[in-house]
Amino acid sequence: MKIKHSSKPYHLMMMPGTLFLVVFNVIPIVGLVIAFQRYNPVAPFFGLASEFVGLKNFKTIFAMHPDSRQVIVNTLIIAVSKIVGSLVVPVVFALLLNECLRKGLKRLIQTVVYLPHFLSWVIVGAMFRQIFSATGIVNSLMQSLNVLTEPIMFMASNAWFRPIVIFTDIWKGFGYSAVVYIAAITAIDMNLYEAADIDGAGRWQKMGYITIPSIMPTIILMTTLALGNVLNAGSDQILNMYNPIVYQTGDILDTFVYRIGLVNLQFHLATAVGLTKSVISMLLIIASYKLADRFAGYRIF
Amino acid sequence: MTIKRSKTLTDYVILLFLLLAMAMCLVPLLNTVAISFSDKVSAQGGRVFVWPVNFNLLAYGELLKDAQFFRSFMISVYRVALGGAINLVLTILTAYPLSKSPAQFPAKNKYMWFMVFLMLFNGGLVPTYVLISQLRLINSIWALVLPGALPIFSCIILMNYYKTIPASLEEAALIDGGGPWYILLRIYVPLSKPSIAVMALWAIVGHWNDFFSGLIYITSRENYPLQTYIHSLSVSVDWQNVSNMKGEDIARMLSVSNLTFSSAKVVISMIPILCVYPLLQRYFVTGIVMGAVKE
Repeated sequence: MKIKHSSKPYHLMMMPGTLFLVVFNVIPIVGLVIAFQRYNPVAPFFGLASEFVGLKNFKTIFAMHPDSRQVIVNTLIIAVSKIVGSLVVPVVFALLLNECLRKGLKRLIQTVVYLPHFLSWVIVGAMFRQIFSATGIVNSLMQSLNVLTEPIMFMASNAWFRPIVIFTDIWKGFGYSAVVYIAAITAIDMNLYEAADIDGAGRWQKMGYITIPSIMPTIILMTTLALGNVLNAGSDQILNMYNPIVYQTGDILDTFVYRIGLVNLQFHLATAVGLTKSVISMLLIIASYKLADRFAGYRIF
Repeated sequence: MTIKRSKTLTDYVILLFLLLAMAMCLVPLLNTVAISFSDKVSAQGGRVFVWPVNFNLLAYGELLKDAQFFRSFMISVYRVALGGAINLVLTILTAYPLSKSPAQFPAKNKYMWFMVFLMLFNGGLVPTYVLISQLRLINSIWALVLPGALPIFSCIILMNYYKTIPASLEEAALIDGGGPWYILLRIYVPLSKPSIAVMALWAIVGHWNDFFSGLIYITSRENYPLQTYIHSLSVSVDWQNVSNMKGEDIARMLSVSNLTFSSAKVVISMIPILCVYPLLQRYFVTGIVMGAVKE
C-alpha cells in the first residue's frame, strides 16, 4: 500500500525548527556582510547601512596585523597534532584492550577512560592547570625524584604549552574515540581467529592480518572525517588553559576572533577572520565527506 | 570454541599498559578531589597526590557560604531543563517529516539541503553575537538555549533511526484513521526511546558543560551558569591589564589562588555529570555507532 496524505502536517512539524534555524543560523550568515564594511555599531540591524569597504578588513587583519600569521601557524600545528594523536592513540588503545581477556577488568577500564570526554573544559582545564603548576604533582614528582631542582612553569612556557594542550586533548578524548574501533573489533567474525589459531598464528600475526585489516574501513572513515577539523584547534580548551604569556604559541583562530571581536570590539576585523575560517572549514568538510563516501561508503543521510 | 592458553609476558605488558592508561585518566580527577579535602598549606605546597593530606571539609564549608555558586548551579540546572526540553521537542518533531521519502513528503529534500548547509556553514561568533544583542537577549537565559534550539546533527541521527521503523506499523495506524501527529507520538516516539535517550543525554551534557555562551552573552556575574562562573574564577584575569604585566606577575597570579576552595567547586560541578554517567555509558555506544556506522 502506498501511504500518501497531504504534506501539510509535515510542514507544520518542520515549522518550529526551521524558524529557529532561520533566525539564529541564517540571519548571522547575512550578518557576515560586516566583514566587508566599516562597522558602525549605531547603524540599525547589522549595520547594513554601514559603509562598504570591500576587502579592506581582510587586508588589515591578514596582511597588517602582527599576530595573524602566528595565529594561523598555531592553529594548524595544534589542530593537526590533535588529529593525528586522536587517530593513533584510540586505535592502539582499542587493539590493546582487545587483548585483555578478563571481562570485568575490561569493563572497568572502559568505564574509567570514557569519563573524561563528558567533563567540561572548564573542569579539565582547571585540573591540568593545577597538575602542571609550580606546586602541582608533575613538578613535585620530578623534584622528589631529583630530575628537577627548580619547578618548571609549564603553563607559562611557550615551549611546553602546545605539547600540554595536545596531550590533554588526547587524554580527554581517546577513550571515547576508541568506542567506534572497539565496536568494529567486536563485529569481527570469530571464525577468522579460530582458523588463524589452527594455522598457528601468534598474537601479533592475528592482530596484523585480521584485526587491523578488519577495522581499516573504520580507521579510514575517521581519518577522512577528521579532515574537517584542520582549522578547529579547540577554543573551549585554549580559553581555559592559556594566558597572555603563551599567546605566542597558544593563540588560535577562534580565540583570536573572540578577543578581537568581543573583547576589543573590532567587529569588522573579527568577522573577516571568522568568515575566512568558515569558508575554508566548509570546503574541508565537504571534501572530507566526499572522501568518506568514496573510500568508506559513508553517507550522513 | 575458545582456546585456553597460559599467560605470557606479553599479556602482562599489555595489561600494564592498559592499567597505566586507566591510572592516567584517574589521577587528575583523584588529585582534584584529594586537594579539595586537604588543608590549604599542604595543597598549596604541592604535597597532595591522590589522597587527602590532613583530611578536612573546610573548603566545602567555605563553599556553602558562596551564594553565587549555588545561584549559578541552579541557573545551570534550569538551563539544562529548559534547553534540553527545547532540543528534544524540536529534534523529535523535525526528524519525523525528514524521515519520509520524497514521494511522501515532496519538500523533504529542500529542507534536508537547507539543514545540511547550515551544519556546514555558519555566520560565526560576531554576527551571532550582534544578532543576540539586537534581539535584546543579552543577559537572558534565552540567549543560552535558543541559538542551538535545533541540534542538526542529532536531528539527522534520529531521522536515520526513524527510517528503521517498519513502514507496516505506519500503514496499520493509517488504516485505523491515525494522522501524522498520531503516528509520530504513538508509534515513532515510543519505538525510538533508545535513540531519544541518546539525544537527551547529549543535550544535558552539552548544556551543562557549555561555558562559552555564558561568557559572551551573560554580562552580569549573578546570571552566570555554573561553568561560566567557575571559568571566570579560575581565569579571573583582566585580559586588558594583563598585557601590561610582566611574566613573573602573571605566574604569581596563576599560582596564588585559593586552591582547596576552587577544587571543591570543580568537584561539586562534576557531580551531575557523574550522576548521569551510568546512563551515558549505557546509551552512548548506541549513539556513536548510530552516528558512525550506519546501515
